[in-house]
Order: sequence, then structure tokens, then C-alpha cells
Amino acid sequence: MGIKVVKAGMLTTVQDLGRYGLQRYGMPVSGAMDSYALRLGNRILGNPDNEAAIECTLLGPTIYFEQGQLIAITGADLSPTIDGNPLPMWRPFFIGAGSLLSFGQPKLGCRAYICFQGGLDIPELMGSRSTYSKGQIGGWQGRPLQEGDKIAFRRYYVGKEEAFHWAVDPNLYPDLATTVIRVMEGPQFAGFESEAQKSFFSDVFTMSNNSDRMGYRLTSKPLRLKEQKELLSTAVTFGSIQVPPDGNAIILMADHPTTGGYPVIAQVATIDLPLLAQKRPNDRVRFERISLDEAHNLLKRQHAQLKKLKSAIALKYE
Amino acid sequence: MGSPHERSFGITLPNSIGHYPLGDQGLVLSFADTISLDVNAQIRQIATCLDSWLQPGIIEYVPAYTTITIYYDPLLTSYNDLLSALQPIVRDIAENQEYKRVKKEIPIYYNGEDLAYVAQYHGLSEQEVVRIHSEGEYLVYMLGFVPGFPYLGGMDSRIATPRKEVPRLKIEAGAVGIAGQQTGVYPIATPGGWQIIGHTPLQLFDITQENPSLLEAGDRVAFIPITYDEFVQLKNQGNGH
Repeated sequence: MGIKVVKAGMLTTVQDLGRYGLQRYGMPVSGAMDSYALRLGNRILGNPDNEAAIECTLLGPTIYFEQGQLIAITGADLSPTIDGNPLPMWRPFFIGAGSLLSFGQPKLGCRAYICFQGGLDIPELMGSRSTYSKGQIGGWQGRPLQEGDKIAFRRYYVGKEEAFHWAVDPNLYPDLATTVIRVMEGPQFAGFESEAQKSFFSDVFTMSNNSDRMGYRLTSKPLRLKEQKELLSTAVTFGSIQVPPDGNAIILMADHPTTGGYPVIAQVATIDLPLLAQKRPNDRVRFERISLDEAHNLLKRQHAQLKKLKSAIALKYE
Repeated sequence: MGSPHERSFGITLPNSIGHYPLGDQGLVLSFADTISLDVNAQIRQIATCLDSWLQPGIIEYVPAYTTITIYYDPLLTSYNDLLSALQPIVRDIAENQEYKRVKKEIPIYYNGEDLAYVAQYHGLSEQEVVRIHSEGEYLVYMLGFVPGFPYLGGMDSRIATPRKEVPRLKIEAGAVGIAGQQTGVYPIATPGGWQIIGHTPLQLFDITQENPSLLEAGDRVAFIPITYDEFVQLKNQGNGH
């Protein structure tokens, strides 16, 4: 007993923080596109950061609770409701047996996370519960959730069922309306025409409709290399901005292939991957250059904030 | 193409091995600009050292044709700390003994839908194509593209054939193909433009195994022609892990 999927939604998958250690065999990492929203959701519930949750995309699913459970919804505001009433995000919320969780208009952002206290009863595969749909590996039967799927909880909820009156400080999470994405120069940055090197940091890039968990395709003025040269395939990662010969950049996302042969003009700073993951088709972004040190410092600051949050939340459940 | 090796970050590595960051969690060691057996052997030696490396903050590594990328957790280590720690490892491969390669056999039933085309393209008989393909010895330079997919080197140029102009929407798992100078085996069903010359009953990527990939970068591979009956028999046995 746990949940039953009544309507699947646009693309609803089980994700944790990803599957590491197998990229050398060509196995993608996958995992939550917005890993920060997932971490926050898990922290709210007192779960380990890596606990698997349900990632919803733009049009969320409808889920029937056969059993009560404490949940938290984080990430994009996809208008979650419980039995027709608005459900507050960013806080623990008890859903009683027989209730229906659904989603309405996507208001802000692209991906919401439904986190469950104690997690979902899904086997780990190669160290992770993340879904890699293209390879039909992991998650719930290797595929996005479908109508009729029934997933059990790993733990019964035994805590209080009344409303919780605390939420996570919204300032901990990035403002999803932000259009500036911070990047570092990529290994082949210097190989691009000086015009392209300049316009990369001044032009506006539009997310095309052809964007998914594997990659975001951007449209812009074409980015040209000084000389077209075949590159040997090498490792690429989440946030690598590749430029194929047509000059339109592709940003690799969570389900990216482990290696690629296109020049990488820039690499999105890890701190801004969650913000990027919340962009939708037709959204516009600009890129801002930061140094490796700055990127590391931003991550350290975030880590310190998360640590404080963890101890604050631990007190709430005492 | 501008050389990223020039950004030294204050530290240079021995044996003219270059290095550069891939974002804020990747460090790339770059060995050369061209594919060679020597470079592959060097990368294998580094990979073997990394397998038992106790450096904190290492997430994983990905070997490729001329690079090996090390992913790290910047909360636990830094780019420069990693470089310093890599110095002795990189220095020790200087006088390398020949890397001992594992040899693996992949049985193929040469019944591919494009075998006739490949033969005709080169003015060979189908039997000659099979003979040339199965007599070669191949090296797994790297894995990538999809889980378990080997980038193999060593194919005889007499059977090198351009990709199909219109890719197939679905190539079955186990299909063996040729694309230009390359040959390879598809571990999972995927669209693709390779000329398909045969099928292997082996599962190249099996998630139920502790090591899910049949092949590893650095392996030697031989293709063994089999009959239809053998193909069915091996397929029914599950896989040859």
C-alpha cells in the first residue's frame, strides 16, 4: 500500500541524486534535473539527501494515496492541490489515506519534486533509484510512471497529522525568474571565432521545444569555430555546452551521454544547474562568466547554508 | 583549435601530459592529439592506479581516446590538490611496461541486413567481408554513446563503409555494424546509421551483473563467426558473462 497513479502527467519519473561510478561503461548518471529542489525536499522531511522522489514535468500527475504519508513538494510551482485545495509547497504536509494529489497550471519553473518521508519502495539498481528512460534502466520499471502504477512506501508514517506551520526559507532556493546562468569557459572556448566568444556572453539564447532530460537545444546566432576540425570523443558532463556544426548550442542535462565529440564552448557552474533545469521551452537565458574558484566558493556557501538548515529542521521534529 | 593545456593552474605534470578543467567538478588529463596504442596503454595504467586511489573526494573517472576525465567533489578536494596528488601517478607511467590486455571473444552470426550492401560496395563476396571482419583484432579504446557501447579500433580499411544516408529508426540490441573506419556492437536498441553486418547473442550491458559491462576500455576483442543454431543456443543460455 502506498500511492496509485491516476493520471501520469507529462513526464513523471522516479529520481534520486543519480547513479555514479558507471560512466566509464557509458552509463549516464541521470538523477534529478534540479538536484537542489530534491535535496531541500528531503531535508524538509528529515530524509537523507539522496532519497528518491517523483520528478514531475510541467503538467504534473494525479496521485491517489491509498495510505497516509508525510510529503513535501519542492521545485517548480505546478499548482499542486490536495482534494481540490491548494497544497502549500516547501513544508511537510500530511496526506491522509483516500486523498487525491493533483496539479494544475504550471505557474513558475518546469520540474516539481514530490518527496515522501522514508522514501518509496523501489529497488536500488547499481546504487541508485534513478530512472534512465532511454536505456529502460532503474526507477520504476525503467520507465516514466503510467496510469495504474502502484508504488508502496518504505516506511509507515507515525508522526503528527495536523498542519505543520513552518516552511523552508524561500530565499534558500533560487528565484526561477532569473535569466542569467553562470558558466566557466569550456575546454574548446579558445577555438571559437572571437565574434562567437563575445556573443556567447552577450546574446540571448532561447530554449527550443526540442529539449528534454538529455539536453536543452538553444537557438541563437550560430556560434562558429575558427576552423572546423573533427574532435576525438571525450567525457562530457551535466551542464557541458556543446556546439555541433550548425552553430546552435546544446546544453547536456541529467540523462546526457557520457562522452561526446562536439566542441564544448562553456560549462554551466554546478550551482546554477538547478535554475537551468527549471527553464522551459521558449524561455530565454544569458550566460555570465565566472572563474573556477568562484564556482567552488558558491558551492561551499550553499553547502554551509544546507548544513544550518539541517540542524534547524532536526529541532522541528524533536 | 586553441590548446587548453596552456592554462597551467600553476602546476605542470610530467611526461608532457596536459590538464584542464571540465567545469567545477571535472579534471581532464590530456595525453596527445591522436589515437594510438601507446596513449591507450598510458590511460589504462592511470585508470588502474585510480581504481585503488585513496584520494578523498574522487567520484569516478571516464577514459576516452586521448583523455581521462576525473570527476571530483569540490567540497572535499580542489583542482590543484588533485593535480598535486596526481603527480606521482603520472610520473610513474614514464617507463611503462606493456599494459597487459584482457582478450575477449564476441560470437557473431553474420546475417546483417546490410552485409550484401557492404560486400557490393567493395566488390567483395559476403564471405570475404565476414572473413576480413572476423580475422581482425580489435581494441576497445573507450565506452560511451549508450551503456556498454565500445568504440573499437583496428578494422581493416578494405571493409570501411560510409554510414547509411537515412538512419534506421531502430537497430536491435546485439547488432554489429560498420560506420566509416569504425566497427561496433549496439548494446541496446537505438536509432542509428551504421551498416549492420551481423548480430551477437551476447548481452553487452547487463544491469543484473555486478559489473554490468561485458567490455572494458583497453580490452582486446576478437569476433568469432557462428552459425544460426549456435546463435540461438547462446541466446537461450542467457548471456556469456
